[in-house]
Amino acid sequence: MPLDPSYVGRTYPPTSSYLVGREKIREFATAIGATDPAHHDPAAARALGYPDVIAPPTFPVIPTVQARDPIIDDPGLGLDYSRVVHGDQRFAYHRPVVAGDELLCTTVIDEIMSRGGLDFFTTRTEIATDAGEPVVTVWCKLVVRGAE
Amino acid sequence: MNVGDQMPERTYQVTRADLVRYAGASGDFNPIHWNERYAVKVGLPGVIAHGMLTMALVGRAVTEWVGRPDAVVDYGVRFTRPVLVPDDDIGTEIAVSAVVRSVTEDGLVQLDITATCAGEKILAQARATVTG
Repeated sequence: MPLDPSYVGRTYPPTSSYLVGREKIREFATAIGATDPAHHDPAAARALGYPDVIAPPTFPVIPTVQARDPIIDDPGLGLDYSRVVHGDQRFAYHRPVVAGDELLCTTVIDEIMSRGGLDFFTTRTEIATDAGEPVVTVWCKLVVRGAE
Repeated sequence: MNVGDQMPERTYQVTRADLVRYAGASGDFNPIHWNERYAVKVGLPGVIAHGMLTMALVGRAVTEWVGRPDAVVDYGVRFTRPVLVPDDDIGTEIAVSAVVRSVTEDGLVQLDITATCAGEKILAQARATVTG
């Protein structure tokens, strides 16, 4: 079943905030082998001008997916997650995510397209602090394989 | 950095244990990344790495080469081929290289990135912009 294209342009305001923990950044950095002290040691991050440890570039996928998953679970959209593969991913940063940030995600359905038996579903997530400071924009394109 | 400058190839070993660790750290518990039975059932050749783990390793390669963990201002990839991770102690290996495509007037450096696994490209349109 194809995705419902009438969902394009829908905007989902934040439903909760994501508080970035120092230990979560350390855990994520360790999982990807990122040993730069700025990910682990607040003093090293402060030396670069940040108030606490900074996250590796792909860390914002965590709040992005937390905000997006309830949206793609909407049965009206018709997205079968068991047939999904990750197509494209992009981040455009205003600054790195820093421990202590309270992040709010606004999710927009940017594109729904069918081609060659595949459905393409793109979201854009605007991540800002609770004070309204923009931090990063995240685009994620999912590819849904058609039923066999 | 100047146009044509090359990032020397860096390689990253990825084992099943790395996938489990990344699943926990990222919250992505999709069973295709740890459950062979499930992966095969949905038509994959076996357990595959998280695309976002590949992207994270490439991001690491770029920031370590540039020498600043906060250098990246834009970073995007297309995942073109799954990274199969066998159930052994060796796993598989991802190789990452990059070249400076352009340097903007305000000093931003645009990189074209190549990532391969078992000799095949696993990313397309992989680009990062870093502060110079």
